[in-house]
Amino acid sequence: MFQLSEEGKAYVKSELARYESKQSAIIRCLYRAQDENGGWVSPEVIEHLSQLMDIPAAQIDEVSTFYTMFNQKPVGKYHVQVCCTLTCGMLGGRELTDAMMKEAGCKKLGDVSPDGLFTFSKVECLGSCDTAPMLQINRDPYTESLNTEKGLKLVRDLRAKGGK
Amino acid sequence: MAEVKYLSEHYHKPEYRGLAGYKANGGYAMLEKALKMQPQQIIDEVKASGLRGRGGAGFPTGMKWGFLPKNGEPRYLLCNADESEPGTFKDRVMMEKAPHQLIEGMIISAYAVGAKKAYIYIRGEYMGPAAILEEAIAEAKKAGYIGKNILGSGVDVELDLYLGAGAYICGEETGLISSLEGFKGQPKLKPPFPAVQGYLKKPTIVNNVETLAAVVNIIRDGGQGYRKYGTEKSAGTKLFSLSGAVQKPGTYEVPLGYKLMDFINNECGGLLPGRKLKGVIPGGSSAPILSAEECMDATLDYENMAAKGSMLGSGAIIVIDDSYCMVDVLSTITHFYHHESCGQCTPCREGTGWVQKIVHGIVHGNGKPGDVDLLLKIADNMKGRTICALSDAAALPVLSFVTKYREEFEYFIKEKKSKVKGTQIYAQLNPSEMGAH
Repeated sequence: MFQLSEEGKAYVKSELARYESKQSAIIRCLYRAQDENGGWVSPEVIEHLSQLMDIPAAQIDEVSTFYTMFNQKPVGKYHVQVCCTLTCGMLGGRELTDAMMKEAGCKKLGDVSPDGLFTFSKVECLGSCDTAPMLQINRDPYTESLNTEKGLKLVRDLRAKGGK
Repeated sequence: MAEVKYLSEHYHKPEYRGLAGYKANGGYAMLEKALKMQPQQIIDEVKASGLRGRGGAGFPTGMKWGFLPKNGEPRYLLCNADESEPGTFKDRVMMEKAPHQLIEGMIISAYAVGAKKAYIYIRGEYMGPAAILEEAIAEAKKAGYIGKNILGSGVDVELDLYLGAGAYICGEETGLISSLEGFKGQPKLKPPFPAVQGYLKKPTIVNNVETLAAVVNIIRDGGQGYRKYGTEKSAGTKLFSLSGAVQKPGTYEVPLGYKLMDFINNECGGLLPGRKLKGVIPGGSSAPILSAEECMDATLDYENMAAKGSMLGSGAIIVIDDSYCMVDVLSTITHFYHHESCGQCTPCREGTGWVQKIVHGIVHGNGKPGDVDLLLKIADNMKGRTICALSDAAALPVLSFVTKYREEFEYFIKEKKSKVKGTQIYAQLNPSEMGAH
């Protein structure tokens, strides 16, 4: 059964008081719980937050499923989200995704690679079109101005780093 | 006329991001000046400046502020930093380079409209800029520019940051309000407009990042002074995000009214060697595309873009050259809108799906005779029939691409391959197959 850490619970408590209405805390608390749950929002996460925040589970689930940054299934250590809209689509975001997935050993978008390190998602415009193609790993600052070669190196570097 | 650094005067200085560097370059002096003015005087200056919303709709800012009730009822100021219109990245640059400029503009604007509480709604993916803003807000609070009795004026304004979590629709102001209230970011029917009934059913003003930052310059130079750049109906400067097939993509500030082709050739270094211009999307993916011919005499202002049947939008210019297949480019756009439709209204929810299926069908060699006319018919039925403008935004690129590049669509349907040699075909995905969400 999922439980937030004591620090996590204290965070939820402070977020509940931060905005004008307590519902406004749902997004930030979901981020926190997703991070503590290894990168995805499980039904247990929803149930736990519902009890902790005293907000109906259906309302939290509704938010979790509406916004794309909440993962509905387990992801690898590095959730690689490649922009494939318009400029990034034109300038190679889709080739980049295919090449990186192959290198990482992911057969399908959303799958976790056999070593547990990678999941790939195609995402819509991330607002960095001048550095296309680009991607975001988890919720880190962007990785920009890529091409296939740089993308493959990125997978190898992350594998070396993440395997340790 | 060429690039001017009016709002972006100090953006090249790394120290401008911090409070000390911002103040050393004149920062927060305009807040001091504004706090000595009457709120109505500030509103009058903003009206006189002719400033129009820089988020996309181009609505006059002073007029929007004027819709607030005069009864002193509690109200809110919200900054729309949900920048999600494909092609747009200028707000991100502004927040990264000059977070205090936005904060100063917001405190001045909050004082002018009588809001004691202001929020910046930033898209969840912008974790980098969000961290920069959090730090700047903390600095400004500590220095007494945010909070109670700002600079001894008796004016109270609280400011906080709210994080989205991935939804284009939250850039629509009522969708943004729904999201801020802790719900799905679904737009609400207007009227009532947010200025009358917005966040928590209270009067609310929603302005774009660049709009609020411009208020600082309006206080400095006065409404008339702000008009030294731009045209009568498109006053001031604007930051444009240019991307696509050019040598030097990026964010550049130019006076409104600047020639599109000068912008592409001078500021952005022109097209890549050996390429020919095919078309330009002038205001983000929702703006109807301009053919190469239409680009030649186009100017970057609201009235010229409207006269050409397009729009200035968020100032996101996407340049497309002859090496790209228009059917494929449109397929990324139709995919986007299908994925981002919030699902409330049938013409949008179903229309974006049908359009996406037909365009992707053509790309995969499954196009049928009559598909082109069917696309035009569906897109036409998506316009003006929904709660918000997303459906229109999804229909306009379809209508303009299909009308202006019809022969490429017909060719693809007939020959089952692109007219542009070397076009790669990618797997067709439903929104549910895109990844872990």
